[in-house]
Amino acid sequence: MSTANVTASTSEHPPDRSAVLAVRDLSVAAGQRRLVEEVGFTIHAGERVGLIGESGSGKSLTALSLMGLLPGELTATGSARLGDHDLLSGDEAALSQVRGKDIAMVFQEPMTALNPTMRVGHQVAEALLIHRARTDRRSAHAGAVELLAQVGLPDPAVVAHAYPHQFSGGQRQRIMLAIALANDPALLICDEPTTALDVTVQAMILDLVVRGVEQRNSALLFITHDLAVVATVCERVLVMYGGRIVESGPVLEVFTRPRHPYTQGLIATSDLAVVDARGRLATIRGSVPPAGEFPAGCVFRNRCDHATQACADRPPWTELGDETGYACFHPVTHSRRGFDD
Amino acid sequence: MLLRLLRRTAVFLASLFVSSIAVFTFMAVLPGDPARVTLGVNASDSAVQQLRDEFGLDRPLVSQYASWVHGLVTFRLGDSYVSNAAIGPQIADRFQVTLWLVVTGMVIAVLIAVPVGTVMAIRHRRLSGVLLSGLSQVGVAVPAFLAGILLITVFAVRLRWLPANGWTPPVVDPGMFLKQLVLPAFSLGIVQGAVLTRYVRSAVLDVLREDYLRTARAKGLRPGQALVRHGLRNAAIPVVTMLALQLATLLIGAVVVERVFVIPGLGSLLLDSVANRDLIMIQDVVMVLVVAVLLVNFLVDLLYIAIDPRLRAGAS
Repeated sequence: MSTANVTASTSEHPPDRSAVLAVRDLSVAAGQRRLVEEVGFTIHAGERVGLIGESGSGKSLTALSLMGLLPGELTATGSARLGDHDLLSGDEAALSQVRGKDIAMVFQEPMTALNPTMRVGHQVAEALLIHRARTDRRSAHAGAVELLAQVGLPDPAVVAHAYPHQFSGGQRQRIMLAIALANDPALLICDEPTTALDVTVQAMILDLVVRGVEQRNSALLFITHDLAVVATVCERVLVMYGGRIVESGPVLEVFTRPRHPYTQGLIATSDLAVVDARGRLATIRGSVPPAGEFPAGCVFRNRCDHATQACADRPPWTELGDETGYACFHPVTHSRRGFDD
Repeated sequence: MLLRLLRRTAVFLASLFVSSIAVFTFMAVLPGDPARVTLGVNASDSAVQQLRDEFGLDRPLVSQYASWVHGLVTFRLGDSYVSNAAIGPQIADRFQVTLWLVVTGMVIAVLIAVPVGTVMAIRHRRLSGVLLSGLSQVGVAVPAFLAGILLITVFAVRLRWLPANGWTPPVVDPGMFLKQLVLPAFSLGIVQGAVLTRYVRSAVLDVLREDYLRTARAKGLRPGQALVRHGLRNAAIPVVTMLALQLATLLIGAVVVERVFVIPGLGSLLLDSVANRDLIMIQDVVMVLVVAVLLVNFLVDLLYIAIDPRLRAGAS
């Protein structure tokens, strides 16, 4: 367990000056069950990073632990430095100063994320008031109206006076984005922000997210299981499975030359042109084990066609370049283009 | 919103109508002749017949009902045949007393239930929360009259801090009024508070699991701030429902507690009237209690509209 699985870490390498977020050895556990294990990655200023993987791979838990909003029964260990703050310190008073100001988050389900009994403008203005971006109610309200206009809501002054139930899911997600971007955060986390929305609305929200972070030079951690979305939004991608990061690198590199069999499987399953001899779409055999019940050693070995005895040990991180690498004993070789199954 | 308001008002008026018929019918079908019951078995037939004429008992039921309702609406309820005193002013006097008792009891219940229930919800995994839960369970099991007797034993008999019984109107002696109000109001409030605490606990627990509370935390609010600013108003919706339902229990509790503390309220009047076989008085007191409960439920419906903007939309 002592082999760090991701990127060069520890004190011999001073942290990159432009690094916004540096996560080291992040683990999340529910009692004895380890749900996220020794995850590490770095996000640089203005960088857009995707975090992909199937449901139950630990993506959302990783995000929630960075926000310090894990459910009470879960505990996070390791370190996650955002500026001068360690997000995993558990110091609630200090963290509440950072939350919503330096690090903000948009959640998956917009229908329930807003307070049904509070006017929308008030909910946006509150984000400005908490962190003293505005000091009086009137200017906070004006700021809220401006933010609502920025996320493309028509008649923002009218919107500010309305209640959440008067809006559709897509509109509510715009409002959530306005709240998240209110204090120009250094890092914005989006946890499947478009999964609950219509496909047509998805594209508009994605566009808003990208524009919002670009205007503010905010870094973005974008969680999704939709590879097409990652390809559109992100520059770099982290592939997560069984609570670990199994591969990472630039989107183009990882999607065209995946090294980890899991990444390869993910890409194959999302390619509608690839079918087997019986004309069926490709799948990864087996299913994701329940949280905390992944095999020891390589977490993917019970679903992997290339698994051998060696995979009973935990595969070390093979670094290919800056923030690029994989954790596998039998990486996919790319002698020719395309993937054979 | 206007439509909802009109609909609630219509429901309120319809309930009033139906319950007045129920109360009237119940008294009408009671076995025995009301005049005979009032005068006792030894009264002469001519005296009974005279009272039947005065009661208008030989008139058709519909006409009797109409004149009763007319009396209720115009507050001219006539005189009692037992005490010869006017019924209307008597009920009004007694109602004031009961109102003090019930409202103070309700306020005490809320003042206990909201903080204790909230703490129970926040600490539901810890020993302190479980202990409070157990304590409130005991409170639920204790009937109001027993709480009253216990309070009298401790605070009036042993400690001699407060009077054991009696009633002084606030205009006569405010100090004495308060002293005499404390124990009966607490007897009602503690028990209702224990029941309400459990509802507050579950309402707050539900709210704590809501996504919008996580959003509030994500903005930078501390857990306590998030709960107060975003949680309590939402938690109030189910609690207010319970509060309205409890009012009926509280009125019943008041009947008993007034007996224990010798307080001249509506409950005492009702029990005295039953003992004296004062049928008209019983009918009127019961109707006043019914109106009070219906009125509060109607007001609570209006309160919902104030709390929850979704109800203001007009959509059903």
